[in-house]
Amino acid sequence: MSSGIITRHPEGLVKSVDIYRDQKPEINALWSYSYLLYLSGVTAVFDGFKALDIGDFAIHHKELRVVIGPNGAGKSTMCDVITGKTRPTSGQVYFDHKNITNLPEVEISTMGIGRKFQTPTVFDSLTVYENMELALPLAKGPFAALLYKTATQEREKIMSILERVHLDGLAHIQARFLSHGQRQWLAISSLIISEPQLLLVDEPAAGLTDKETELTAELLLELKNNHTILVIEHDMDFVRQLDSTVTVLNEGRVIAEGSLEQIKQDEQVIEAYLGR
Amino acid sequence: MIKQNILTPAPKGLDKKMHLNALVIMMVCGVLIPVLSAFGVISVEMVNMFGRYLAFAIVALGLDLIWGYTGILSLAQSFFFALGGYAMGMYLSFQGTLFNGIPESLYVVYPYAVGQAKGSEVLPWFWLPFQHFSFTVFLGLAIPALVAALVGFFGFYSRVKGVYFSILTQALTVAATMFFSKNEMFFAGTNGLTHFKTIAGLSLTENSTKIILYVITFAALVLAYYLSKALTKTKFGRVLIAVRDDEKSLRFAGFKPYLYKTAIFAFAGMLAGLGGMLYTPQANIITPSFMEAKWSILMVIWVAVGGRGTLSGAVLGALAINLLYNSLTSKWTLGFFTWSPDYWPIVLGFLFILVVLVFPQGLQSLWGQAKENMKGRMGK
Repeated sequence: MSSGIITRHPEGLVKSVDIYRDQKPEINALWSYSYLLYLSGVTAVFDGFKALDIGDFAIHHKELRVVIGPNGAGKSTMCDVITGKTRPTSGQVYFDHKNITNLPEVEISTMGIGRKFQTPTVFDSLTVYENMELALPLAKGPFAALLYKTATQEREKIMSILERVHLDGLAHIQARFLSHGQRQWLAISSLIISEPQLLLVDEPAAGLTDKETELTAELLLELKNNHTILVIEHDMDFVRQLDSTVTVLNEGRVIAEGSLEQIKQDEQVIEAYLGR
Repeated sequence: MIKQNILTPAPKGLDKKMHLNALVIMMVCGVLIPVLSAFGVISVEMVNMFGRYLAFAIVALGLDLIWGYTGILSLAQSFFFALGGYAMGMYLSFQGTLFNGIPESLYVVYPYAVGQAKGSEVLPWFWLPFQHFSFTVFLGLAIPALVAALVGFFGFYSRVKGVYFSILTQALTVAATMFFSKNEMFFAGTNGLTHFKTIAGLSLTENSTKIILYVITFAALVLAYYLSKALTKTKFGRVLIAVRDDEKSLRFAGFKPYLYKTAIFAFAGMLAGLGGMLYTPQANIITPSFMEAKWSILMVIWVAVGGRGTLSGAVLGALAINLLYNSLTSKWTLGFFTWSPDYWPIVLGFLFILVVLVFPQGLQSLWGQAKENMKGRMGK
């Protein structure tokens, strides 16, 4: 039924998915204290098709985790479930030891989960700077927005992040004029400035040149020091550059977890993904 | 320090250009027309006509905010316009001849129940607040805003979007037109409200009153324009544009788009109400025909022709189309050719198609382009 992945608790406790598969929510909640994000027994069924069937998946604080898997493995569905875009058919999602399973998107986002979509979503008619301004984690209500004035310190912060991704010179042009790579960076930059506790980054290297990919990897590694990041990726070169724990999904299930070298040896992974 | 790039256009310059257009319109309406009228070059009737068109321009401003900026196509603006118009019309009715305390236009269509004799009518309760000018002004703004807020809130909260919202608003407008047309609803039926005599003590037939109403309408338009302009400059305004671009991502960025949409829809409703309130005393009549859905569509054409998302374009479009309407719906003959008012809808249709196909940015952009061309030639 389950893949039998063992998740190691920081205090040395070992938890087997097979045993705890049908555990009570209270036990889950207790367990979730050790992690920033914790998915337990999450399934998502669309028209009888099981798109997601995750026994156990957890991310520690300040961890950079990469999720890979072939097309249709359920990577994006997993992100949808975490951000509240899709409701799981069963199971629980815990974030910061709170059960967020059935919360609406806006609430989950204000709790501190930021997401960059597969196709970078930026607001085309707004300038690069204005895009960043909207991402600032304050004045989200209509009345606050009406009276809002950007402080110098926020402006400097925006410019420093833009400088890091070489967009400072383009701060006042409309986002529609940006190249694909620049849009990706703007999307990531907006994510950074919104100061989420957890960054979900969906395919940051898709469609980028080698050089741009390198810069993106550098950026994510830098962010690792202060943020918890979940990266979903296809590009193996990029995953190598990130040098982090990798989780492999296949047909909605976690089939392996470990360093890139480790999972490359895993037969199930070779069969499902790398061997193809 | 911000490095300048070749790609970097000057958004401020573009904004200035649009603003310049607005200033030109303001100079024409605020200075030229009163001066011409003072020297007797144009008649007071002409000024009065311009006054009515300026009231339309206020409605167009609101429509531009919700359609041009936020991307919501509303076909209920004529309804909100008429709500404001009826509020003012009810006040003005009280200023006319009263029979038994009941205004003339209402008396005409008064239905009598069985056994009821003439003279036993009671004024409907909802007419009472409109006996006072200040209440009327307040209600003329508050009622359309409130109705818009309610419709907007339920529509946007349940994520009714795009063409579905347009249909919803159109259905609302049609229903409201029927409601106001019924004699039983005590809004004076299809005859509408008329037989007005004075406003705030001034006779409506006096030339001076017409000029005063024109000046007030102009002042209201300037105020509405600057208020809308200021609104679009705030973070609120940028969120509206973000709603138009990508509402879904905005939700993930922690915003609640339905609150913003409801707020701006209510504001646009209020502007439409203001336009209606200023229109009624200048037209001397308000009937349910002003509420009809076709008026809403015409309002959309004003904004489309003028140029969406620029504010000054909405004002320009409302004025231009109405002036064109005014000149093309009179009969004239040139040699063998006789122009018939029947041709007007064809002209309007072609104009709309032309805008959609050739200059989607509207008249606004033509103006800007012409200036660019002039500059280019001067340079050579």
